[in-house]
Amino acid sequence: MSLRTEELLLNMGPQHPSTHGVLRLVVTLDGENIKDVWPDIGYLHSSVEKMMEYRTYVQNVALTDRGMDYLVALNNEAAYCLAIEALAGVEVPERARYIRVIFQELNRLASHLVWLGTWGIDLGATTVFLWCFRERERILDLFEQVTGGRLHHVYFRIGGVYADLPDGWTGACEAFLDYFLPHVDEYHGLLTQNPIFEARTRGVGVINRRDAVAMGASGPVGRASGIAYDVRKAAPYEVYDRLEFDVPVHTEGDCYARYLVRMEEMRQSVRIVRRALRDLPDGETRTRVPTTMKPPRGEVYVRTESPRGTLGVYAVSDGGETPYRVKIRAPSFTNLYALTEMMKGWKIADVIAILGSTDIVLSDVDR
Amino acid sequence: MAGVPSGPNATPAEPRRSQIAPLAQAVEILDSLPGGGLVLTTLEHALNWGRAASLWPLTFGLACCAIEMMAAFASRFDLDRMGVIPRASPRQADLMIVAGRCSIKMAPIVRRLWEQMPEPRYVISMGSCATCGGPFFYDNYSILKGVDQVVPVDVYVPGCPPRPEALIEGILKLQERIKTEPFLRRQALAAIEAQAGTR
Repeated sequence: MSLRTEELLLNMGPQHPSTHGVLRLVVTLDGENIKDVWPDIGYLHSSVEKMMEYRTYVQNVALTDRGMDYLVALNNEAAYCLAIEALAGVEVPERARYIRVIFQELNRLASHLVWLGTWGIDLGATTVFLWCFRERERILDLFEQVTGGRLHHVYFRIGGVYADLPDGWTGACEAFLDYFLPHVDEYHGLLTQNPIFEARTRGVGVINRRDAVAMGASGPVGRASGIAYDVRKAAPYEVYDRLEFDVPVHTEGDCYARYLVRMEEMRQSVRIVRRALRDLPDGETRTRVPTTMKPPRGEVYVRTESPRGTLGVYAVSDGGETPYRVKIRAPSFTNLYALTEMMKGWKIADVIAILGSTDIVLSDVDR
Repeated sequence: MAGVPSGPNATPAEPRRSQIAPLAQAVEILDSLPGGGLVLTTLEHALNWGRAASLWPLTFGLACCAIEMMAAFASRFDLDRMGVIPRASPRQADLMIVAGRCSIKMAPIVRRLWEQMPEPRYVISMGSCATCGGPFFYDNYSILKGVDQVVPVDVYVPGCPPRPEALIEGILKLQERIKTEPFLRRQALAAIEAQAGTR
């Protein structure tokens, strides 16, 4: 006597505590096994690229840290500013480049802390969330002392940064780094050898190197599958070529590997900031550009390494005050496709583990 | 169901009684007794205090404001000390904090979630985008210019994003409002009017 079975279509989201934003996943289930995942995106489409065509180049910086991936505001600003500076041939002073690197790495730390906290709470580890956000508040305090904002800064401008660091900020930053590094060991103590965590993430959601390359997975997702590619090393921008740091690469391609890659990246970011603080030169922080700057006709594509992956900005100028086209290559968009392929064959409970480990932000996917 | 006439043209045998009709009648009687108003006010006061001190919001983070909302729930600005615990299901929530920009594709879902919340329910519109469209007001084809176009909002918290302290102030303002709500009397009045309407 055979059992009659049916496939179930389960709708997850767009309102769901664990989808990290407004992602809708329509999952085809055979019992608890996932047969197919269809992501429905666009619930946060903010038409940022179109809006950028109606604002001047200088005004668009304010859109980059809200409309795109909001957790890495400074990385977005950097990508955009680098693109426009390349387009217009604007030279950025040395001090500004070092300051930009410091802030981008601090933002990487803040973003990874949100990732770890929210992933932990999705898997049931509430303490991780509270501890990560405690450290993140210290980073946001550092940001606020310089830029005035906790989440959205508009600090990087075309030609440099808006204002110089206040007195005593470098000391406060060093103190924070000394305070923070032991806490990374604390997070390791909570999760890395935790049997429940290992059971939920080791071997789960494996994507091999060939598939990862085929789907365009970048950033920690790619590096956990053996793709040893980091834009900061492959095509260095700002002053990354003068700073010593390692890029962690694992080959297993499972959730645990992605976790280890990001934890190590946090340590490396601390190393970069320390080095940059030590080498910080004096000088100007900004090359003034006209408010209605008109870059010459042309196009440029600039790649940066955001905590999510390769963030690219393709800007086209027609010689006018506003850009002709700004296209943003969002890392979470391609990682999302890889994610849906990763989920097939696993159980419904693994959806949460895999989704959290990939660290996508829907604002980045939808823009 | 026994006793209910069936068929498309059948008229009901007796008017349907609201489930809180006994309560409504009790409130009406109390209100008319000398000194009854005092009992009613004290009862309302106690019930309102209970409701205000344990507002359970629906976790409805849409965009960046969700991160500041999470920070408000987290270690430094702990919202749990105000009785605010996030609940994932709208059936178990009595407050919806719309945190972030609501796109036009998302608007029917916001409305549906609001309708799924049991009464009494409140909405806090957190951030400029939920209030009026915020930075996405001009030259934008996809963002709803204010979530009050689909749900009625009780408290607006401006900011981009508002600091967790600002969100806490918004919640405190809502708590003040709840504490002075003539909750029982309003419910009783609605039940009595519904009764009169079906008679």
